[in-house]
Amino acid sequence: MVTRPSFSEEIAGLLHATHANAIKTCIQCGTCSGSCPVAKFMDHSPRKIIAMINAGLKDRILNCNTYWYCASCYYCTVRCPRGIDIAELMYALKRYSIWKNQYKDGLVGPVFSETFVKTILKSGRSYEPVLATSYFFTFGLQDMLLEAQTATSLMLKGRLPVLPPRIKRLENFRRVIRKIIPLGEPS
Amino acid sequence: MKKYAYFPGCSLEKMAMSYHLSTLETTRKLGVELKELEDWNCCGATAYFHVDELLAHTLCARNLAIAEKEKLDLVAPCSGCYKNLYFASAHLKKDPDLAEHINIALQEDNLHYSGNVKVQHLIEVFVNDIGLNEIKAKVTQPLRDLRVAPYYGCQILRPKKDDEDVEQPRFFEDLISSTGATPVDFPLKLRCCGGALIITSRTSALSMVRNLLQNAINSGANVIATACPLCQVNLECYQKQVNQEFGTELSIPIMYFTQLIGLAFGIPPKNLGVGTELVSTRPVLSYAEK
Repeated sequence: MVTRPSFSEEIAGLLHATHANAIKTCIQCGTCSGSCPVAKFMDHSPRKIIAMINAGLKDRILNCNTYWYCASCYYCTVRCPRGIDIAELMYALKRYSIWKNQYKDGLVGPVFSETFVKTILKSGRSYEPVLATSYFFTFGLQDMLLEAQTATSLMLKGRLPVLPPRIKRLENFRRVIRKIIPLGEPS
Repeated sequence: MKKYAYFPGCSLEKMAMSYHLSTLETTRKLGVELKELEDWNCCGATAYFHVDELLAHTLCARNLAIAEKEKLDLVAPCSGCYKNLYFASAHLKKDPDLAEHINIALQEDNLHYSGNVKVQHLIEVFVNDIGLNEIKAKVTQPLRDLRVAPYYGCQILRPKKDDEDVEQPRFFEDLISSTGATPVDFPLKLRCCGGALIITSRTSALSMVRNLLQNAINSGANVIATACPLCQVNLECYQKQVNQEFGTELSIPIMYFTQLIGLAFGIPPKNLGVGTELVSTRPVLSYAEK
């Protein structure tokens, strides 16, 4: 009989470029959590999330903010005594949660990431005003006003683009992407 | 004359125009030619890697392939672009299956990547390729008595690449010294600015920015020097929000290392993009005018 991979094996295998991540070898020393500048804002610290993966607590992991709060600073990665790439593990969990379309309510991260990807597929480059729509309305009134003020000041200093930038060989660029992710439309 | 393919990245087109201008001005003075990478596309930032890793590597590979076609090594002034391009190149070199898969897609744009492009951050080009002696030799307005906090941030150093020192680096301090300014002891110089969390998790990012600003001010710095547009924006443009959130009155100018070098070279501030900040850099300029 075929045995399905465990949740922990599934997550360990989610790194395409490095093929796998040695999360099973974690000794729970907590160097990652001690080095993490965001740990105190996370539902579960990096150390704990690794223990939870190894314990197979999939639903609790899919419903926490931990990996969406990772800023990709890689302090944990360079310091892990077992050589676990913890920051890449956080990326893997983000992708896993996007594939499963399951994440904690109220998170801005998933919507922002998807808006970002769509913007780039459209023009080849990033464009702040479109990105802003993915998070602006999640703010409270006071933050919204401050954000609008900052944006206005930046605009007056000429630091915000008016027109979206575009690469020249956009059609080729899109064909490259379709080779990687076939979109199914008639060619 | 040394020549590189220059990958400005999306931020330098507008938000960090001053980094772009000061990069071009200072490298020109140092006899380095930066040829903007023809038709470059976004490196994928962090967001792309959240959604699909293969696609993220493909975006980087297109840029690497264009540089390879021009037979030039690549230099990126943004730490995020640099990290993505550097590691995409390393992964493609190590993993022939990944390289083959991506190269089939790149054919659609008549490109191919064989793994022969060296990717460097702009600050590495200044420190290693140009060298501190060359920089010192061009200084006409030494920034004497200016106290600078060298802010490395994350992705210039991390993840670790070879055997470089990722815990106690000194090269940014040395670079600052070469302008005649004094680097201060800045304990949080390697701590993260919050990156994209300023958008996706505002409270945590503001707290990270606050700690950095407070630490730099406590270190006696007149200015924080950065080598990344995201660090610059987070530390500069959100000072108001930080003060509102924490009831503080923190204020310190945040400048690109290329702007400081440019001032020491006697380049007019306007040509270095000075004047587009939300926190005035006037106090810093006075050191170059002495």
